[in-house]
Amino acid sequence: MVHTFVVYVDNKPGVLNRVASLFRRRAFNIESLTVGHTEQPGVSRMTVVVDTDAYGARRLEANLYKLVPVRRVDDITAAPSIVRDLALIKVASTGEARTHVMQLVDVYRARVVDVSPESLVIEATGTEDKIDSLVEVLRPYGVMEMVRTGRIAMARGTARALRPAEPLSGDLIADDLSIGSV
Amino acid sequence: MRTGAQIMWECLVREGVTDVFGYPGGAILPVYDAMLEFPIRHVLVRHEQGATHMADGYARASGRVGVAIATSGPGATNMVTGIATAMMDSSPIVCITGQVGSKLIGSDAFQETDITGITLPITKHNYLVTSAADVAPAVREAFAIARSGRPGPVLVDITKDAQQGSCEVDWAAAEPRLSEAQDEALPGDGDHREALALINAAKRPLILAGHGVMQSGAEREILALAERAQIPIAVTLLGIGGVPASHPLNLGMMGMHGEAWVNTAIMDADLLLALGMRFDDRVTGNLKTYALNARKIHVDIDRAELNKNVRVDVAIAGDLRATVAEWLPHVEKGARSAWLAQIDTLKGDAAVRDIQTLPDDGHLYAAHVINDLWRVTGGHALVVTDVGQHQMWEAQYYKHDSSRSLITSGGLGTMGFALPAAIGAKIARPDAEVWVVAGDGGFQMTMAELATAMQEQLDINVAIINNGYLGMVRQWQEFFYDKRYAATPLSGPDFVKLAEAFGAWAAAVTRRSEVVDAVNAARRQPRTAVIDFRVEQEDTVYPMVPAGADLHKMIRRPSPLVETGAD
Repeated sequence: MVHTFVVYVDNKPGVLNRVASLFRRRAFNIESLTVGHTEQPGVSRMTVVVDTDAYGARRLEANLYKLVPVRRVDDITAAPSIVRDLALIKVASTGEARTHVMQLVDVYRARVVDVSPESLVIEATGTEDKIDSLVEVLRPYGVMEMVRTGRIAMARGTARALRPAEPLSGDLIADDLSIGSV
Repeated sequence: MRTGAQIMWECLVREGVTDVFGYPGGAILPVYDAMLEFPIRHVLVRHEQGATHMADGYARASGRVGVAIATSGPGATNMVTGIATAMMDSSPIVCITGQVGSKLIGSDAFQETDITGITLPITKHNYLVTSAADVAPAVREAFAIARSGRPGPVLVDITKDAQQGSCEVDWAAAEPRLSEAQDEALPGDGDHREALALINAAKRPLILAGHGVMQSGAEREILALAERAQIPIAVTLLGIGGVPASHPLNLGMMGMHGEAWVNTAIMDADLLLALGMRFDDRVTGNLKTYALNARKIHVDIDRAELNKNVRVDVAIAGDLRATVAEWLPHVEKGARSAWLAQIDTLKGDAAVRDIQTLPDDGHLYAAHVINDLWRVTGGHALVVTDVGQHQMWEAQYYKHDSSRSLITSGGLGTMGFALPAAIGAKIARPDAEVWVVAGDGGFQMTMAELATAMQEQLDINVAIINNGYLGMVRQWQEFFYDKRYAATPLSGPDFVKLAEAFGAWAAAVTRRSEVVDAVNAARRQPRTAVIDFRVEQEDTVYPMVPAGADLHKMIRRPSPLVETGAD
């Protein structure tokens, strides 16, 4: 199951490396990771998406708290939240195809942000599903180049109380937990 | 105005540091130059790995933070094994390394290496300091992090220009900032009421005491808990000494080479109280069959350890001493005589397989040596072991009655650890009788540190358990690789001549009857003494739980006194 973490960290050199290295060290595969400034000076916010079970998610959270520059970790997977991805997609389009592409852009509420004789650049934001779907319908026209930010996420509402990590609860341990013998 | 180098030493003095272990070099020269102005003893090591093990041994012997210093590049990379050792065994050390000038970083300059990158996964935290003004905050925070929560190593890499540059220091502003999550010494978060209900209701409870008992200073509280409720105690390798071995409720060591009755008791228990231990694979064996009859309570300062390997009923994250102190008034006095009698029976069954009680066949066994060493020193020596068969025999046969009296590399299993760690321990506790117990393999890895011991005029005793093999690996080859002894037969120097060449006193022992005299002779020496015990070559550590096997399925020592199907 895909888990989404919001991690608040000190904005200092090397912090991204520390967080990313923790995932590698504990053998978790990062699906996407974004990082940027927050409303608070000196604090950066990461959105990290990881494919793991509930046991792995709690283990990650507990280990993230052991990193000195990590201030707070929220696993917002189960919380009502807004999740967005931004994509820039360069599509080959001349003549009649151009009209079709622009119609699709309208349907997806995306925007054309650059026009050249041979191509269009489309900017789209939305859930990952929506952008995946847009990319699929554009593919027949020729996607020349694409870049995506990966997910950013924010919990809905105003609840933002500081909450220390709870101990990993026992019922979360994977039943097939099998550590090889060494 | 003070230089970065002076500020670093001033920080150390303010932290109460009196001894450091190090090796100079180009990028750390400004620090060494400033050292002469400060009241700190510097121990010159023979290899930077030794410096880190010495700092580690110093920390484990005293509970104070150990400090190691090295130059950039190879000096720093030589520290890696010692840092990883300290990380795995939660030992508080601070490593200071020199770095090339900040303008040269990233240019592959002479003796440049990315030591903060290299040590990132094996330190609690590390710092790259590039200006004199950042030295004090980094060093002071490093000490706070090293000793707070679950202790561990912290590295501070200081560029040469940061050491040479000058600034004013505002010592108040250099106070470390640590988040609330890193405060401790409070009873842990968790369901204490449920824990107490489980303890008071248990018929066959067992305490599993780990390194955390000593780390949190909970020795008295654990014993009070055990005595009040009549709960027997099993200890991990690093938990040895936290509870006196001679206490009737202390059953001894658990795990792969634990006592048979201890492992059997764990499998039979109806409640496990895991206190300051982390259910390492070497103590659990097969997790799927581990202690299925028992409810489990786990107290640890490190949340990430709770429910990591073993599913528990009550998980409490916090300081162990404070947690048990909070429980004590609510723990009902118990008898539990049936349970204790059941364990006593198991103990009696095991005695017939004990090599100490088997007829003397004229051979010198390592167990004899350790047993005699224990008797002669009255159980009060500070023993530092290396890694391998001798380490397990020490754990089985030396009965430690005082806290912090066994120092050994448990988690990482670092060969070559013993001699340097013993040097650190001796400097931390000059009045302690310090014994190194090492194999001939591990001793040869770091024996150059004999020169350090001689230069510092330390009175350390070294028992080399010399069997001419990398014994533990040979044992695995014997059991699991059809006795194909690939690369385990090992020759060594004449250890007596070698030790004498360093200026140490030395003797060799080949007979059981000579052990006590040799030990006493070494103890009489006011300088470092080395005894080469030439023991039975193909001896085996029993019992043994094969890696990944069920904890109670131990390979036992064959005995002429008993015959069972298993033999």
